[in-house]
Amino acid sequence: MRRAGLILGLFLTLLFTGAAVLSLVWVPQDIEALRIAERMQGPSAAHPLGTDHFGRDILSMVMVGARTSIAVALVAVGIGMGVGVPLGLAAAARRGGWLDEIIMRGNDLIFAFPSLLIAILITAVFGAGAVNAIIAIGIFNIPVFARLTRGAALSLWTRDFILAARVAGKGRARISAEHILPNLANLLIVQGTIQFSLGILAEAGLSYVGLGAQPPLPSWGRMLADSQTMMAIAPHMALFPGLAILLTVLGLNLLGDGLRDWLDPRLRRAAR
Amino acid sequence: MMLRYAARRAVSLVLSLLVASLVIFLVLEIVPGDPAAYMLGVNAQPDTLAALRAELGLNQSATARYLDWAGGMLVGDFGISYTYRTPVAEMIADRLQVSLPLALFALALSTGIALPAGIWAARRRGSAVDVGVMGLTQLGVAIPNFWFAMLMVLVFAINLRWFGAGGFPGWEAGLWPGLKSLTLPAVALALPQASILARVMRSALLDTLSSDYIRTARAKGLTRAQALRRHALRNAMIPVLTIIGLQFSFLLAGAIIIENVFFLPGLGRLVFQAISARDLIVVESVVMLLVFAVIVVNFAVDLAYAWIDPRLRGRR
Repeated sequence: MRRAGLILGLFLTLLFTGAAVLSLVWVPQDIEALRIAERMQGPSAAHPLGTDHFGRDILSMVMVGARTSIAVALVAVGIGMGVGVPLGLAAAARRGGWLDEIIMRGNDLIFAFPSLLIAILITAVFGAGAVNAIIAIGIFNIPVFARLTRGAALSLWTRDFILAARVAGKGRARISAEHILPNLANLLIVQGTIQFSLGILAEAGLSYVGLGAQPPLPSWGRMLADSQTMMAIAPHMALFPGLAILLTVLGLNLLGDGLRDWLDPRLRRAAR
Repeated sequence: MMLRYAARRAVSLVLSLLVASLVIFLVLEIVPGDPAAYMLGVNAQPDTLAALRAELGLNQSATARYLDWAGGMLVGDFGISYTYRTPVAEMIADRLQVSLPLALFALALSTGIALPAGIWAARRRGSAVDVGVMGLTQLGVAIPNFWFAMLMVLVFAINLRWFGAGGFPGWEAGLWPGLKSLTLPAVALALPQASILARVMRSALLDTLSSDYIRTARAKGLTRAQALRRHALRNAMIPVLTIIGLQFSFLLAGAIIIENVFFLPGLGRLVFQAISARDLIVVESVVMLLVFAVIVVNFAVDLAYAWIDPRLRGRR
């Protein structure tokens, strides 16, 4: 059962990342060409997922949309890890020090802000678009990784092999990089997968309200917003982009859970 | 001990609020564009512009404006909206009539479904029920709730015509029409929250069910159901209550997209409209109010905890 979830998750993740990568070189139909005569057709052999209100092939749109979603969420996770992990390591290396205190209070503060509202605020203040969506989502990933890293690193600092490294004369920074960080890799990979899926959902929400990727760049949330007024006559336009989001997020969550069990059964309880 | 703990938490509550208000104010300070110029349009005369800036208090220093704003909020004065020229406090009170019932409705749905489902799954761990509930919660956390909302509109509003597709008639129209128009949005909001809550309930209960005091209770002769009700459930409620507390404040703030799907005149839509109209004072105040709600709810949950479980008082 557990293994089945991992395999399904891996399959879905590879399917959508594969589609995103493929869309860089090939899509079934050019999405910039408008074919008004073919608009709002249901699924057919020529258009497996039908066409939208401009006659564009929805399968092609979903493939290019995958690229936007995945790119935004991936970079946002990168920001969260890139900033959060070093902060967490530094806080744990000097437990109870001023840096630890500042980092943890700062984390509490970011957690107190309703994330979606602030993401909307950031994109509204600095302008709607993919880059600002990345920043807005990335900021909320920082405390997640900082807190996770700090907590796990603190328990590692009490272990004998760290004591051995200290006796050998290594400094705190070097121990953090050489001994603590490698032992956190599994944990970070699992959390990274979960944050990746949350990033996909957040990007979809932002672009649905018009603050994410801007046209002509297709994105799943934008496609859903476009479909809303035409839902009564062309429900397939609302169906497929939503399914793409659902399956990608589901795949990543299953992958994360499966990886957690597979990489380290002891973590089964800890996260979430 | 309890008092000292409460006092310490209260100090950090005030500090958090202070820092949060500073952050919100500073972020909105860097917003490009002058609200006065925005309100008057491109053809504004310099002297009208100057007069309006003076009226809105925009010609004061940033420090003075911050103190004015923060001080005013302490006494319930949220300032005057730049675009509507009405007190922001009134606008917020107006919108809360939609957002607050919506959040409560969603919370009631979420807890009403999630707690029994989580308990049921935990009691029959490994059974078809457990697998089914866990599978549904996987779907529930993965589904974008605004898409779920759109699908419900398609099925229940467009095809079956049981509900309207959006809008809010106002409570003057009566309790029933009001509740009816909030039903689909509340279900959409509750779905991901219920999924998370059911998982937390299940795992918390599994933890307590496997503890020694449950074995002791069973050894004393309690039935499984009695041990569950009297001992396991009570202890499992601690993490569940934290999540419920967090969810309430996030339901209040997180409805912004769902309010857009259903064209509901709630707080989220107010922020959204205010952002596009550069009505910064409204944005500032509503965001601060929501952050205030989150911080205060967390504070209350922390205190409730310490009251229930004295072991937690020693912790930071």
